[in-house]
Amino acid sequence: MPKLSTDFSGKTIRTWNKNFYKNTFISFFTNPYKLISMITLMLLTCLIIMPLWEILTTTFKWRQIDLREVKDAVPGEFTLYHWKNLLSSNISQSLFYKPMANTLLISITVSFFAISLGSIMAWLIVRTDLPCKKLFTFLIIVPYMLPSWYKAMAWLAVFKNDRIGGNQGLLNYIFNITTPDWLAYGFVPIVLILSIHYYAFTFLLMSSALSSVGGDLEEMAEIAGANRFTILKKITLPIVLPAILSSIILTFSKVIGTFGVPAFLGLKVNYYTISTMLYSSMRNRQTVQAYILSIFLILIAALTVYINQRAIGKRKSYTTIGGKDTRRNLFELGKMKNPVVIILSTFLVFAGIMPLILMILQTFMLKVGEFSLSNFTTHFWIGQSIPAIGEGEPGILKNPAIWSSIKNTFKLVISSSVIATFVGLILGYIISRGRKKLSGRIIDQLSFTPYLIPSIAFGAIYLSMFSQPRFIMPALYGTLALLILISVVKYLPFAARAGTSNMIQIGTELEEAAAIEGASFMKRFLRIMMPLSKQGFLSGFLLIFISAMKELDLIVLLATPSTTTLTALTYAYSDTGFRQYGDAMTTIIVITIIVVYLLSTKIGKADMSKGIGG
Amino acid sequence: MSQIVLSDINKYYDKVHVLKDVNLVVEDGDFMTLLGPSGCGKTTTLRVIAGLENPQEGRITIDNKEVTNAIEAYYVPPSKRGLNLVFQSYALWPHMTVKENVSFGLTIKKLSKKLIEEKVENALKRMRIFEYMDRYPSELSGGQQQRVAIARAIVSEPKILLLDEPLSNLDAKLRVDMRSELKRLHRDLNTTIIYVTHDQVEALTMSTKIAIFFEGNLVQVDTPKNIYNNPASKKVADFIGNPRINFIEGKCTRIIEGLEVDSILGKMKFYNNKLLRKNMESIKEKVIMALRPEHVNIKRDLCDGGIEGKIYSILPAGSETLIQVDINGTRIMGKVIGQEDFDYDQTVWLDIDSKKVNVFEQETENLIVTI
Repeated sequence: MPKLSTDFSGKTIRTWNKNFYKNTFISFFTNPYKLISMITLMLLTCLIIMPLWEILTTTFKWRQIDLREVKDAVPGEFTLYHWKNLLSSNISQSLFYKPMANTLLISITVSFFAISLGSIMAWLIVRTDLPCKKLFTFLIIVPYMLPSWYKAMAWLAVFKNDRIGGNQGLLNYIFNITTPDWLAYGFVPIVLILSIHYYAFTFLLMSSALSSVGGDLEEMAEIAGANRFTILKKITLPIVLPAILSSIILTFSKVIGTFGVPAFLGLKVNYYTISTMLYSSMRNRQTVQAYILSIFLILIAALTVYINQRAIGKRKSYTTIGGKDTRRNLFELGKMKNPVVIILSTFLVFAGIMPLILMILQTFMLKVGEFSLSNFTTHFWIGQSIPAIGEGEPGILKNPAIWSSIKNTFKLVISSSVIATFVGLILGYIISRGRKKLSGRIIDQLSFTPYLIPSIAFGAIYLSMFSQPRFIMPALYGTLALLILISVVKYLPFAARAGTSNMIQIGTELEEAAAIEGASFMKRFLRIMMPLSKQGFLSGFLLIFISAMKELDLIVLLATPSTTTLTALTYAYSDTGFRQYGDAMTTIIVITIIVVYLLSTKIGKADMSKGIGG
Repeated sequence: MSQIVLSDINKYYDKVHVLKDVNLVVEDGDFMTLLGPSGCGKTTTLRVIAGLENPQEGRITIDNKEVTNAIEAYYVPPSKRGLNLVFQSYALWPHMTVKENVSFGLTIKKLSKKLIEEKVENALKRMRIFEYMDRYPSELSGGQQQRVAIARAIVSEPKILLLDEPLSNLDAKLRVDMRSELKRLHRDLNTTIIYVTHDQVEALTMSTKIAIFFEGNLVQVDTPKNIYNNPASKKVADFIGNPRINFIEGKCTRIIEGLEVDSILGKMKFYNNKLLRKNMESIKEKVIMALRPEHVNIKRDLCDGGIEGKIYSILPAGSETLIQVDINGTRIMGKVIGQEDFDYDQTVWLDIDSKKVNVFEQETENLIVTI
């Protein structure tokens, strides 16, 4: 029998043993944990790392097509031509620097407004004696559940002027004034709309951070003789600081890549951001240019996340601290109560409810912008094709193309959210069980990577990756499968995070107990892990369902006429000026999101599992 | 027959060496307790036996059948080792009823429905929780959950039952009740039990054998009585027994009959038949004597060979009284059954029988004189 020997440093050396390798080999293929980790690692590499590498290398190579412009181009050879062309040529000002400046300016401004709004609201909800908190909390989150670009459409319905052509907005109609361009398009409306969309991040993070500051922590400071301001400065603020930083980073990195809103409000007046420029480049077949823009977006996103980790670092753990939640003395608004309620309600009505009503209203208007009763019609919902309206497009419920996009949407959204949630559970399993293993950490990092890739850039990457068969991957362009695939991969960070927190809650002993009883890996997963994570599965599903339902940025480049979805079609219709059709489709999206949200929270509540953890 | 043999088990978590060359034989029918402070490797040993963890080095056989062989990376899965485990947290599946929890393993083995019913009923009745069959774990008290966990473990009639600190989550009274019940279970089921605890009273009252772990080393395996009377090292002596054993430093000299130790207790003789080492030259001069509190007899009056001291403190505990006596700055704890009363600083005399004293070498802390 082989023996173990000890080397000079005291380390044990394993002598070569035939059975050792045999058994290791066998256990690798019989122990599903390792097998699944391997497969996951391979898939993540193929779907995330390889595409990134691909676009990076492409930007440094001559292409066949470049021969038309540059005579001495050698296809396949290394070149800095594309980078130079974008960054230092006579067109770079309008192609790159201006959009970049716009993007950064928008992101910074939006972050500022969104964080301020979100923090104030979180404070009002958690720390004051504001009435009707439940209703307000719901209304505060509503705007985020709806697509951001629908608010852009609503904005246009109000502020659109006749500069661009087409119909005027509500203001023009009622007061007969022409809204100035700066108010109708470009920077101002983009910032406003993105701010009232993304403040929800801050609100959610801040309110959980604020409520985690146990009342006793502050009471302790009060006993020690600190006044309210000192408490706020020395106790509360440091504890919620990580939440504030996280909110800034989250908002900032989301906004730099956002496409829908700047597209609706900027493209018409040639106000470009990096994301809309990327879209145009892609549409104009300037793919390499689009890749370089993608790389910039990814770099900025990665940089913000890196800064976030550096800035917060270990302080992050503060948020989990929190003494017993004792009854906290709420800040009394006193005389300010009524004004605050009125301001908050007004804001929420304008940010959340008004756009919704306006949009629904518009779907019944024959001529957009004419708010008279005679102008009302149900044509855009159920009308037959009349050549005079919308170039003969029938109402959306009578339009087979739209019905097929509705079908596509549901196929896409349901399958991608189910698959992503399920994959998230498996990833969560590997990550939570392998926190000390290298494989677990690598998978953790890899599944987070799609977060760094802005949706529009991700779409651009997948467009080129899957337009022709490559390596082991087939050409998926033009199929719904590609849309499902990209959605699953893009939502992996959320799914994996939800899955991990889910799996961490389920003690390993519960699984070990089943292993001792002889349950195989599959049996354990299906009969122990899955039922116990039902609750988390549902909330993970809900999160992804809502995101996928309103997703435009990710699929706008990938949708083809046969695979188009409601969001992509909405964009196409609004782009060509048939606003009512777009509004009607958005209405369907919004109603679906609200119904699914209400249903799953209701069902979710009904199914509250009994104390997970053993 | 279910003899368990662990040979040269070494286990590392990353670079931390948690089990160091552990060799242990558990005989068929033993109630073997793995005892030690937290982090000593006792639970890891249990998990290695169960097959939930695999050691980097070493072999384990159960009934002469190899179940773990690190050199060959050969590890039999837990379910094929003929054992079952009761977890410290009970690990009851919260989404299953008591009945489903207990029958889970049997349904995996695809036994007939009737047989499962029968076995589950038996196990539940044995643990006196039959009437809670359709409840969920969250609807049971801690003690009842514990019973379900044991029922689940014994329903498949394992040859070996592993228990990982099963009583640590119960309140003190319930714990005492469960001790006698577990002992009875051991007798009735006729299985080998390996029991992990950090509670020395549990170990002493329940086991047929105790294995003591310190920092990943297995330091002593013996019957509870032998471990209590002749702890292998000063550390074991210190760990076992409540109140703690008294340590008295002394200097030893070789005499014809054996060994003589000079200390504050005067000169004490230890005879050759009690000495563990025959080669007396190897014994260093400095030694430590160890004396259990119950062997400290406290006399109010001067007696033959009595050592004078002063009462330092008295701790009555109902059925017994703990008395601390100060002898020239060294405090000796004595335990007297019944209720005794002394004044502070009252002069008393200690009557100590050298046959009840252990002697350890100071340098190695190893036992050199047994009781």
